[in-house]
Amino acid sequence: MSETVIPYMVKPHPVTGLPNGKFGIWLFLASEVMLFGALFSSYVLIRIGVPHWPPEGGLSSEILSVPLGTFNTGVLITSSITMVLAWASCKMGSLPRFKMWMGATVFLALVFLVVKYFEYSDKFHHDHFPSHDNFFAVYFLLTGLHGLHIVGGIVVNTFLLTWGSRMWKTDPEHFTNRVENAGLYWHFVDLVWIFLFPSLYLL
Amino acid sequence: MDATGHEDVSKHMGPYYVVFVALLCLTAVTVGVSYLHLNRPLAITVALIIASVKAGLVAAVFMHLISEKKVIYAVLILTALFFALLLALPNLTTFEHHSGMPGT
Repeated sequence: MSETVIPYMVKPHPVTGLPNGKFGIWLFLASEVMLFGALFSSYVLIRIGVPHWPPEGGLSSEILSVPLGTFNTGVLITSSITMVLAWASCKMGSLPRFKMWMGATVFLALVFLVVKYFEYSDKFHHDHFPSHDNFFAVYFLLTGLHGLHIVGGIVVNTFLLTWGSRMWKTDPEHFTNRVENAGLYWHFVDLVWIFLFPSLYLL
Repeated sequence: MDATGHEDVSKHMGPYYVVFVALLCLTAVTVGVSYLHLNRPLAITVALIIASVKAGLVAAVFMHLISEKKVIYAVLILTALFFALLLALPNLTTFEHHSGMPGT
């Protein structure tokens, strides 16, 4: 029913040449670039304003765990390829394979959060809260906001994996578009981490 | 238009795997370079170049930007412009420092 209410969910809109959902997700991602961009710009400003970074001395790589950060980078990159495979499975007409790859994507996202939980609890254990200094304020703000995006991705992907996949029976093309849009968001979350990891952990 | 035949997608999976492996390798390179303890400006330049290449690969291949509609390019060009402006904003404060104006 809802498919007939909202036009151009499957067919491309004559003006943009795209289904509305896909155009919408790209506009949303553009706003996300500005959100993370503003915070990244603030980070640059804070960094160049102090004689040494981290302010307490030493190196970022001595304060944060590079092995855990590297592991999590690998986890997110792998979740991006499983997301592509989930979408490709829809395109190839296989719901079971979609479920397998989407399940793997959600699982990897959870692994990322579990690793992040251990990283955070280690910092809290050493009384390193956001209020400790600018380094931790920046670290917790940027990784926290990114972590919330991971949670958002898990919610959407879990929906598509469970109740949402009912649409496969009624309108597989629309469902495939939804998976593609969720994928665009998910790759963007991966892309943000690609910048966060070196700038917070390694530099 | 996007709805291609089933077998069509399976033939085009190669680039996804190539990019996946490239991303893992580039991650290893970034981490490896960080252990060389290069001087900061050089280390930041190298790390950001590698990150930009990785981001470009994700956007181009995983997000299908190499074969996207013009309207999305238009949106992204505008975004890139404002993003660059946003990153340039901190420079205004350093100009203040150099001209000897009071402030922190």
